[in-house]
Amino acid sequence: MASKLTNKAAFFKQTPALGWLLTGLVIAGLEMAVGKPLARFLGIGKIPALFGFLIIFKKPSLQFPFIFNDLGIIAGVIVYDILIYLLPLVLVTWLTYRLTNRVAGVLYRKSALLSVLLHILLLYLVLRLWTDISTYRELVTRLTMIAVIVTLSLNVINGYMGEFSTSHPGFMAVGAYVSSVFTMALFTQSDYFGPARLPASLAPVFFPIALILGGAVAAFSALAVAIPSFRTRGDYLAIISLAYMFIVKSLFENLEVVGGPRGLGGQPDLASFPVIFVWMALGIWIINNFVRSTLGKALNAVRDDELAADAMTVNTRKTKMTAFLFGAFWAGLAGGLLAHVLRYINPGSFGLQKLAEVLAMVYFGGLNSVLGSIVGAVSINLLGEALRPLELYKWIVIPVILILVMIYRPTGLIAFREFDLVEIVKPKEIKEGDDATA
Amino acid sequence: MPLLEVKHMTHYFGGLRAVHDFNLSIEKGEIRGLIGPNGAGKSTVFNLITGIYRPTEGQVIFKGQNITGKRPHQIAAMGLGRTFQNLRLWRHMTVLEHVKMARYSKLTYGLVGAFFDTRKRRREEAEAEKVARDLLDLLGVYNVAHELVTNLPYGMQRRVEMARALAVEPDILFLDEPTAGMNPEELVEMMDVIRQVHQEFDLAIFLIEHRMKFVMELCQRIQTLVFGEVIAEGTPEEIQNNPKVIEAYLGEEVET
Ligand SMILES: Nc1ncnc2c1ncn2[C@@H]1O[C@H](COP(=O)(O)OP(=O)(O)OP(=O)(O)O)[C@@H](O)[C@H]1O
Ligand SMILES: [Mg+2]
Repeated sequence: MASKLTNKAAFFKQTPALGWLLTGLVIAGLEMAVGKPLARFLGIGKIPALFGFLIIFKKPSLQFPFIFNDLGIIAGVIVYDILIYLLPLVLVTWLTYRLTNRVAGVLYRKSALLSVLLHILLLYLVLRLWTDISTYRELVTRLTMIAVIVTLSLNVINGYMGEFSTSHPGFMAVGAYVSSVFTMALFTQSDYFGPARLPASLAPVFFPIALILGGAVAAFSALAVAIPSFRTRGDYLAIISLAYMFIVKSLFENLEVVGGPRGLGGQPDLASFPVIFVWMALGIWIINNFVRSTLGKALNAVRDDELAADAMTVNTRKTKMTAFLFGAFWAGLAGGLLAHVLRYINPGSFGLQKLAEVLAMVYFGGLNSVLGSIVGAVSINLLGEALRPLELYKWIVIPVILILVMIYRPTGLIAFREFDLVEIVKPKEIKEGDDATA
Repeated sequence: MPLLEVKHMTHYFGGLRAVHDFNLSIEKGEIRGLIGPNGAGKSTVFNLITGIYRPTEGQVIFKGQNITGKRPHQIAAMGLGRTFQNLRLWRHMTVLEHVKMARYSKLTYGLVGAFFDTRKRRREEAEAEKVARDLLDLLGVYNVAHELVTNLPYGMQRRVEMARALAVEPDILFLDEPTAGMNPEELVEMMDVIRQVHQEFDLAIFLIEHRMKFVMELCQRIQTLVFGEVIAEGTPEEIQNNPKVIEAYLGEEVET
């Protein structure tokens, strides 16, 4: 019986990336078309923003363990999820996996690059459609995409290079403040920097410059950690980078020109969904290129045996410096994006809690793995949002999950795996024995 | 001009004098041996020449250039390859990645290539892979190119380390006890491997060994180190019959 079941479900394994994206498109379209009436019919009011978690845990006034909504609504949410997500997921993949495999094959043989680009475009469409339902959903997705960049950039240092750095919130803060000052001084009328200096229509053109500037300044400030830590052998990085984080935080707290502890608000609304998506895609592409090159793999060599790396012509000091500054750059850039999503930043939000979040995403997703970081950022971020109504208990549930992962998979969910988009867009082999449609 | 020259090299670890007034001169293509009881300072001599430690006194001259105080990667890139007494492999990397890594100093694509996957990078990576695969083939580990080194038996790990050392295109190869932990059969194989790479690449080889048979058969000249000092130097016959050497090894089992 069990084997028959797994046989039946074999089409899941044989569904190519194209098939999953198509399914995503169908689901997003379906929700758009019938989501609202269905939700009303099931008595849950609006379309559940994140699969209904927020609705299930709705009543925060009730104390643990009575934190759940009433049963009727919970049942409604479950039925909704089954009808909108689960059923189409199974049906569409099952019905189309042969077709999508054939199409994926044709595309792949024509041009792997073209196929990769097409997949990315499809992913964009799916996300765009899905997030079109509610502004909350869109906001969460934008923040998640930023988290992907941050997580990846920390994985370069803590995973690929095997050091333990804790300065990432500091880099994000530097990037956030620098880019905010840049865009606000140029394009907005504010108490801090006076009238706008350039027409707002130019803002989107200058935004990449603001972000890159933020990243570059973050990378430059990272020298303050890198030089003392990597000059000598020894494990000072953890301590020095922690000190850096606190110093940056108190620096901004005492910098009245950017609002001091009250923070800085009113950034122009530049970090739209497509802008963030493009930066995320670019970030993944560049970071993945780096870690797959021999120059990048030198990080692994340094981590596994630095002395041997040195004796095999690897410039270990330069390798470590480069990687650290590279990680800081992307963290700074992500900080800039974050500032323009929230349009308000204050020094307090770049402290220990942010550090805990980022570390959780890296170690949960998997060390030394681009895919792991993507999975880690998405799952921890979504989980954090989903459990938000639990308030304080959220900070019990998430650490417990982390501890479980550390026990059963010490290096994280998807550790030490190469991320190869060309491999991913390849069609899957279809085993004739499992054929369910013919 | 000798390929490698060491002049009056002395090294202290704190108060311990590990090497004292060590002199050496190796010609192109020569095979040289360094023997001595445990703790004599043999590995320290290697580490001093390859730049891992900086000698307290003395000079190292490689290809006519004073390399004392240079960093290991600079010295290696000049054409010095080495293996380690206790294997030093990278446990999360495949065999092929190991050998490619030793091409690091030959890569010129820089960060731009690393970040943006340029054509130059693709070409250089492909070249490095070609060199690496040829070496794997030569050392008989081609078919495990994509294995993690930790999955390989000990003898194969030694070969991988040797292939990696050769990938830096050395003019001189340092081998620190290449047969440590090997059975007699593997030992004979290793001897063949060393002879083969010596011929193929026209290398000078400087090797540390405990097994007398091995050193005597391979080396043209041998130095004997005891408590950091060279007590005897000469051809295998001279060393074998030198009373000081015999005395130094008294109480130690002389392996044959
Ligand atoms: N990094 C170090 N710090 C302090 N002392 C050291 C260090 N490395 C080696 N020594 C000491 O220097 C002396 C020589 O060590 P070395 O490893 O060079 O000996 P060896 O001849 O290679 O011995 P073996 O045959 O056991 O490999 C030993 O007394 C050792 O304890
Ligand atoms: Mg030794």
